[in-house]
Amino acid sequence: MSQTTTGAHPDATSAPSDQALVHAVNVTKAFHGTEVLKGIDMDVHRGEVVVLCGPSGSGKTTFLRCINQLETIDGGRIFVDGDLMGYEDRGGTLHRLPDKRIAAQRRDIGMCFQRFNLFPHKTVLANIIEAPRQVKGTSRREAEAKAHELLEQVGLGDKPSAYPAQLSGGQQQRVAIARALAMDPKLMLFDEPTSALDPELVGEVLKVMRDLAKGGMTMIVVTHEMGFAREVADRVVFIDGGVVIEHGPPNQCLLNPQHPRTRAFLSRMRQEEAAHAEAVVATVTGKASALEAVAAPDDGAAPEEAAGRPPSA
Amino acid sequence: MTSTTSDRPGAIDARPVPHPLRWVAMVVIAVVVAMLISSFVTNDKWNFPFAFEIMQQTPVIEGLWKGTIFGTVGAMVLGIALGVLIAIMRLSANPVLRGVAFVYTWFFRAIPRYVLLVLLGTGLVFLYPVFDIGVPFGQQIAGVLGLESNLTFAQFDYRSLSSTIWVGIIGLGLSEAAYMAEIARAGILSVDRGQAEAAQALGMPPGRTMRRIILPQAMRVIVPPTGNETIAMVKDTSLLIAVPVIVELFYQSYQFGQRTFQIMPGIVAATLWYLIVCSILMVGQAWLERYFGRGFGAVPTRTQQKLTKIEADH
Ligand SMILES: Nc1ncnc2c1ncn2[C@@H]1O[C@H](COP(=O)(O)OP(=O)(O)O)[C@@H](O)[C@H]1O
Ligand SMILES: [Mg+2]
Repeated sequence: MSQTTTGAHPDATSAPSDQALVHAVNVTKAFHGTEVLKGIDMDVHRGEVVVLCGPSGSGKTTFLRCINQLETIDGGRIFVDGDLMGYEDRGGTLHRLPDKRIAAQRRDIGMCFQRFNLFPHKTVLANIIEAPRQVKGTSRREAEAKAHELLEQVGLGDKPSAYPAQLSGGQQQRVAIARALAMDPKLMLFDEPTSALDPELVGEVLKVMRDLAKGGMTMIVVTHEMGFAREVADRVVFIDGGVVIEHGPPNQCLLNPQHPRTRAFLSRMRQEEAAHAEAVVATVTGKASALEAVAAPDDGAAPEEAAGRPPSA
Repeated sequence: MTSTTSDRPGAIDARPVPHPLRWVAMVVIAVVVAMLISSFVTNDKWNFPFAFEIMQQTPVIEGLWKGTIFGTVGAMVLGIALGVLIAIMRLSANPVLRGVAFVYTWFFRAIPRYVLLVLLGTGLVFLYPVFDIGVPFGQQIAGVLGLESNLTFAQFDYRSLSSTIWVGIIGLGLSEAAYMAEIARAGILSVDRGQAEAAQALGMPPGRTMRRIILPQAMRVIVPPTGNETIAMVKDTSLLIAVPVIVELFYQSYQFGQRTFQIMPGIVAATLWYLIVCSILMVGQAWLERYFGRGFGAVPTRTQQKLTKIEADH
């Protein structure tokens, strides 16, 4: 249908013919008259990992929330797996979908939040089986079996009956990932999943995400972890002031950025990464393995993890 | 090392801060209590043995169960259910629902319970002895169209209900809902917005999100004031006489006292029953607070673990 996609803006009203999993076209969004997203185009293909970065307030969170309709958009279209999100196109006229249909659209999209947002009144296991039981009607046995499997996958096989408040931030975020995965999503959205964590807990969450990417999950990740972006991302997208200012493979984008604002942002990130490294050193002074992990943050999480937690854990 | 141990300060053996006022207060209280007890014993108008007897009389026990306790349970069930509904309406995006909820709360908070019970018990029977269930304005429409039927499908004789506990439950429950709505609203608003968003992101529709995620957490804030409301309701069932409902604890004890010319024991009997019922409720309230506070404290207690199991089983 979209044979006219020659310019920057693909066909604005129909699903893509090349079947990108996420197809966002000219997305605009304003809060109280202030435009936060000013025409974002983005295609994410199946199995692709896209890292979104950009300065604080540039609209990354807002864009992510628009994809699963936690925010409604003012203009443009977002398609996920060919479905127009939030609306139904009936002969050229858009009709807002009722809440139930929007809820159904969200089932296949997992999301992890900066502040985890686990259900504090439910145990880890109850958190994970809640949506499969309530939304999909999965049997308790099946849901629990799957939950135990997922807990093993995120390295928390021993924690099904803990309450979120009894877990560290890193453990909570891993439970949140397991909770999202329990719905068998075809797309995972991560909004700064490690930015609320103590430095020594970042690695264990990134490791889970890295495994997930290796397993072929399609992911959009807002993060400032440049090591993760370099290693895992297929594509890095820079957003600033509500528009995409640069995108491309991580090697090109992170090592040789074209746009001056990208360059400024990256050099600021490097400074922060250095400060962050110092913080890690400060928390785990005296441990050689920790120093190694900090010196080479893209070496992976294992040394950091070993340093941050007792070996028996 | 051992040689320095003797030089280092040892266990603390200090004098406590003196609290002379506590002693004064204790003496004053002891004197007052002694005076009370002496009065109980010497003034035979108290007649405690007879009060205990009144407490066990069949009509009094019946009043306690069928009036006070049943009335409290009924009114609180209605009040909580309707109150939560009104709170949700109050927080809804729909301005009509918000308006209705606001007017409801405004109206029922302004009406004294006693007046409301008289209104429902006497006034409504006088105004509408029979309720017609059918097409709204059916009689007028039928008149205009010249129809045989008056478009009424069913009739309900309100008189059959008057002077029953049900009128009292409806009155007290309607009134309670206005207060419960405010309590529930505060509870719902106390839950972090991220909770609803996490549930939505998992594909849970709004109703389920409210029932499974928001309300259980709101309970932590809702339960303590609801406990107070329940205890207040136990006492407000003594207003049931306004309906009039006479199968009720205070009326029955008081009447028993009057009939036997022993007014004080009648009042004392009711007082003691109210003390017992409210004490039990306070224990129940503490239990509920622990249940809905689970996951918010540090390590769950044994009770909490049991409760978790109960929850997992249903
Ligand atoms: N619910 C909201 N109401 C009003 N303004 C908002 C809201 N959410 C985000 N914003 C504003 O939109 C801009 C982009 O925010 P956000 O998407 O959170 O940026 P980022 O995630 O890139 O830091 C910010 O200026 C923020 O203040
Ligand atoms: Mg953000």
